[in-house]
Amino acid sequence: MELPPRWAVLLFLLLSSTKASRSAVDKEEFQEELLLKPLPDRKVLAHFHFESRAPRNSNGRRHLHLFPKAISQMVEKFRVKEMELSFTQGRWNYERWGGFDTMSSNNAKPPGVELWAVFDVPKEQVDASWKNLTHTLSGLFCASINFLESSTMYSAPDWSFRQASGHLRYGMLPREAVCTENLTPWLKLLPCRDNAGLSALMDRPSIYTSFYHSQRLHLTSNASDLEGLNPGIVLEQTLTVVLHPRSQRTILTHISESYLQPSWSLSSIFGRKVNGRCALAKSSKVYLQLERGLVSELKKNIGSEGYDGEANFELSVNPDRVLKEENSRHGIGSSLLYEFSVDKYSNSKPFDLGLTWKFPVIWSCQQAPLHAIRFLMGSGNERGAIAILLKSTDLNDSSPGADRSSDGCELHVNIFQIVPWYIRVYYHSLQLFVDDQLKAVGAFVEKIHVMPSKDKISPGMMEMVLKLPCGVKSAALTLDFDKGFLHIDEYPPDANQGFDIPSAAISFPNFHASMHFPSNDSERKSPMLSKFQESSPVLSYTEVLLVPLTTPDFSMPYNVITITCTVFALYFGSLLNVLRQRVGEKERLLKSKATAVKTGRPSELLSRLSAKLRGRSQEPSQSPSESSPLINSKLVLKVLLMAALAVAWQYYFG
Amino acid sequence: MEKKKRGFWRWLIASVMLRLILIYLPKTFNLASRPEVSTPLVSLRRLAEGYWLKQSSISPYAGSMYHGSPLLLSLLGPLTVKRIEGQPNHLLCSLVFVIADIISALLIRATGHTLQMAYRQSLNSLDIVDLLKSSDLLSSGDIAALVYLWNPFTIAACVGLSTSPVENLVVILALHGACKGLVPLAAFGWVMSTHLSLYPAILIIPVILLLGYGPDTPPRKLYLQKGYGKNGDNHSSDNCGQQETNQSKAEVTFSWRPVIHFLFWSSLWSAYVLVLCSISVKPHGSLWEMFQRTYGFILTMEDMSPNIGVLWYFFAEVFDFFRSFFLIVFHLNILFMILPLAIRLKHRPCFLAFIYIAISSMLKSYPSVGDSALYLGLLGLFLDELADMKFSFFLLCGYIGVSLLSPVMHNLWIWRGTGNANFYYATGMAYACLQIILVVESVSAVLNHDRKLRKLSVTKLRDGNS
Repeated sequence: MELPPRWAVLLFLLLSSTKASRSAVDKEEFQEELLLKPLPDRKVLAHFHFESRAPRNSNGRRHLHLFPKAISQMVEKFRVKEMELSFTQGRWNYERWGGFDTMSSNNAKPPGVELWAVFDVPKEQVDASWKNLTHTLSGLFCASINFLESSTMYSAPDWSFRQASGHLRYGMLPREAVCTENLTPWLKLLPCRDNAGLSALMDRPSIYTSFYHSQRLHLTSNASDLEGLNPGIVLEQTLTVVLHPRSQRTILTHISESYLQPSWSLSSIFGRKVNGRCALAKSSKVYLQLERGLVSELKKNIGSEGYDGEANFELSVNPDRVLKEENSRHGIGSSLLYEFSVDKYSNSKPFDLGLTWKFPVIWSCQQAPLHAIRFLMGSGNERGAIAILLKSTDLNDSSPGADRSSDGCELHVNIFQIVPWYIRVYYHSLQLFVDDQLKAVGAFVEKIHVMPSKDKISPGMMEMVLKLPCGVKSAALTLDFDKGFLHIDEYPPDANQGFDIPSAAISFPNFHASMHFPSNDSERKSPMLSKFQESSPVLSYTEVLLVPLTTPDFSMPYNVITITCTVFALYFGSLLNVLRQRVGEKERLLKSKATAVKTGRPSELLSRLSAKLRGRSQEPSQSPSESSPLINSKLVLKVLLMAALAVAWQYYFG
Repeated sequence: MEKKKRGFWRWLIASVMLRLILIYLPKTFNLASRPEVSTPLVSLRRLAEGYWLKQSSISPYAGSMYHGSPLLLSLLGPLTVKRIEGQPNHLLCSLVFVIADIISALLIRATGHTLQMAYRQSLNSLDIVDLLKSSDLLSSGDIAALVYLWNPFTIAACVGLSTSPVENLVVILALHGACKGLVPLAAFGWVMSTHLSLYPAILIIPVILLLGYGPDTPPRKLYLQKGYGKNGDNHSSDNCGQQETNQSKAEVTFSWRPVIHFLFWSSLWSAYVLVLCSISVKPHGSLWEMFQRTYGFILTMEDMSPNIGVLWYFFAEVFDFFRSFFLIVFHLNILFMILPLAIRLKHRPCFLAFIYIAISSMLKSYPSVGDSALYLGLLGLFLDELADMKFSFFLLCGYIGVSLLSPVMHNLWIWRGTGNANFYYATGMAYACLQIILVVESVSAVLNHDRKLRKLSVTKLRDGNS
C-alpha cells in the first residue's frame, strides 16, 4: 500500500464512522451548516455552525473518532456541565443588524474573550475547577484566557445572567486581541479542519478584514438523561462574520442603483468556493435567510402574490427546499429560508451561491424593545460615573412579549455588570431617570443584587431587574465611582491607554427570540435550525468602556524610597537629638571648651571626647591615663560586636 | 474678665455662623472629595456606601469601601440618607460635625483653664510667679479653643463631610477627663478614640501620667531642690516651710488609685464597645472581619489613593518584596519615640499627649487635615511654655504655603494632566517636614522652658538662702 498516511487515516476514520453509525444509540456525529443573510446596511452575515456530538463514555476508555479528544478530556476532568467561550473582534451593531433574533441574542458577543462555565462539582470546588479550566483553554486556544484565573477577573452571577445557583463562573477579557492564532486551534477541533467542507471557505484575510467576527465554542454535557436529552457531549462551534461585499458592478448606471443592495456570491465575499462537503459530516447544508422585515418589504414591492419574491433578486443556484417560518406570534411577517445541500457538489463542480438584486429594497431589522448604550460621565482622573441609557426602539406595534397586567404592561430588564476593583463604584449613588426625570430607585428596581468589589481580590458585580412601564421612552441609570490607584507593578505596559470596563449584559426576560421552521419528519432536524427554535431571552451587550487611570511616575521608585526614608531619618534623628540634650549641657559644653582651649593637651582632649561618647560628664578626679584604655577597649568591643553582627547577617541572609 | 468672656462667646458664635454659611454654599468648593480632607477612613461618602450595603443586608465591610467603626455607621448612617426638602444634602451630618466641633472647643477651653490653674499653683509653690505674665488678652484655654474653631483645617474637615470632627472629639474627651480627674470619662474617650482610629491607643501613657501625677507641672527635681533648700534653713523658719515641703512631696508621688480605676473603667468600656460592635455586625459578619477591615486596613496600607501624607506614594512605588518590611518600620517609628518622650516629658503629660497626637497624625497611614486640626488646636494650650519656640513664623508660612499649593498640584496632576504624581508628592513631603520641625521645635522649646524654670528657682533659692 503506497497510500499517503493522511489518506489512510481518513479512510480509516470513514470506515469506522460508518461502522459506528450502525449502532444508532451511541454514535458520534458531525454536522456542518452555513447561514447567509443579507443585512440592511449592504452587508452580509455569514454564520458557520458546526456541531459534534459524542456519547458520554461511561468507562472513560473509549476511543473517539470524530469528537476532539482534548475537549472530551477537559469535560471529563473538570466536570463541565456547560461552557461557552467566544473570541470576538468588532462590535455587533444592534441597530442595523438586529437585536431581536436568535442570531443577535446567541451570537452577538462582547469584544474580546468571554468565557462562562457551569460546573457539576460541589460549590466549594467550583473556583478550583474554573482556574484549571482557564489554564487548559488558554493552552488549547493560544489566548491569554489564563488571566481569568485571578479572582479579580471573574465573578459568580446569581440569577441575572443564567440560572445556575452558584455553579456558574463568568469572566471577560475585553482587550484580548483576536487573530488567526486563535482560529487555527479552533479549526483543529473540526474533523476536516479547513481542508474540506464549508470550513474551507474560511479565508483568513477576508475574515479578519470583516466588520465583526465572533468565533464561539459552546459545550453542553449531560451526564444522565434526566432532562430527556441523550447523555453525551455536544460541541457547538460557530463563527459569525459580517462582511461587506464589494459591489460587482463598479460603475453605477443610474441613481437608483446606488440604493441597490450589492450583489454577492460566496466566491466574491470569501474568495473561495465550496468544493463539496466534508466527508465526515453527516450533513452539510447552506442556508440563505431572508428575514421578516425583508420578506414583507419584498411582498409589498411585487404585490402579495408570491412569497418567494423571486422577481426582486436572482439566485445563482436553485434551492433544494424553501422553508417558511411558522408564524405563531409575530404579525410582522415570516422569514424565508432557502436550503442548499452541498452533498452533490465536488471539486469539479464547486458550489458558489450568488445573490443578485434587481430592484432596490430598504428594510430594517427587528429591534430589541430597548436599545442599550453605556457611557462614562465626568472628567479628570479622580472620579466619574457610569451611565446606562436604555432607549426605546419604537416598536411599530406593541411589544409582543410583555405581560399585560390589568393596568398597563410592564417591561422587565435585567442588567448584569461587572466592574474591575480599581473602579470603586458607590452603589448608594444609583440614580434612575425615567423619561428624563429623576425617579425614586425603589419604584422601578424590582430586584437588585450587589457584590461590592474588594481591592485586589474580587471585582464588583451588579445584577438588577428593572421594571419599566411599556410606554417608556428612555430610562437611564447612573452610578458614581472613584478611580483607584494601583501599585506600579499592576499597570500594564501601556498604562496611559486606560483600563477597560467589560460590557454589561442587558437582557429582556419577557421577550424570547425563536424561529420555528417546519421540519421534515423523515430526517433529523438540522442542529442550527433546532438551535433557532430554542427560545432564548433577548440579550444584548453594551460597549466596552475605556477608563483612563492616573499613573504614578514609573521611573521614581528609588527616588521615592530614598527621599521618604530621609524624611523619616530627619524626624527620628532630630527628635532624639533634642531629647538627649541634658539640662545645662550647653553651659557645660561651653565651659569644657574653654578649659580645652586653655589646657589643649591631646590626651585630655581624647578623654573628653571619649567622655562625650559615653554621654557622661568628665569626672575631674579621673586621670586620663586611666580612663582612655578602658574606654578604648569598650569601643573596640562595640566595633567587634557590630562586625560580628554584620558577618552573621551576611552569612545567613546574604 | 467679663469682657474677655463675652469676646470668646462672640468669636465662637461667629465661627459657627461661618460653618453654617459654608454648608449652605453650593458644593462647598468640592471639599468633600478633596484627598486632603476625606481619606478612605474618614470619608462620609464611604460611610454612606457602608450604610447602604448594610441596609441591603450585606455586610458593610463586604467591599473595600467602608473601613470605619460599626458604631459610627449606626450613628451617622441614618443621617446620610435623610434628606430635607430644599436643604443641602447631608445637612444633618454637617450639623452633627458642627456640634462636635463646638463641644471639642469647649472641652479644650475647660482643659486649658484647668491646666493654667494647676500650673499657676505649682509655680506659686515654687515662688517663681514673675514668670507668669498675666496676659491681658485671653487665657491660653480660650485661645486654644478659638484656634481650634477658626483653624481653616478644622473648618475644612467639618464642612468637607469627613468624620474626623467626631474622632477629634473623643480624643479631646479623653484628655479632658484625665485632666479633670474624671476617670470614667477619660476611659471612655480613650477606648472610643482607639476604637475609631487606632492611633490614639498610644495616648494611654499620657492619660495614666495625667491621672497619676495630675496636670502639667515644672520638673519634679525643682520641688526636691526647693524642699532641700527649705529643709536646709528649717531651723530658722517656722512650721510654714515644713508644710510646704510636705505639699510639694505629695505632688511628686504617683497615685495608683485613679490609674487602677482607669484600667478598670477602660476594660469595662472596651467590653461594652465590643459587645455593641458584635451586635451591630452580627447579622452579616463577625468581629474578626471588622478588625480586619478597620485595623487591618490601617496597618496594611491597602489603599494607595493620594493624601497629604507621604506613605501612599511610597507604597505605590516600593517593590513588593520590601513592602512588609517598610510597613513594620514605619509603624514602629511611631512606637519607637513613645518611651524616650515619656521619660523626658513625664512631668508634662498633657504636652506629651499633644506630641503623641502630632507624631501619629504625621506618620499615620491615611492622614487628613482633620488630624492636623486637632494637634494645632492643642498647641494653643501651651502658649506660655512655647513662647520662645524657634521657627514659628516659618512654620506658619509653611503651613499656609502647603495648604495653598497642595490643591494646585493635585489639580495639575489629576484634572489637567499637565503635572505628574511627583508634584503632589512634593507638597506631601514639605508638609511632613513642617510637621517634623513643629514637633522637634516644640519639644525643645518645652525642655528649654524647663531649664529656664530651673535656673529661676535656683537663683531664687540662692537669693533666699543668702
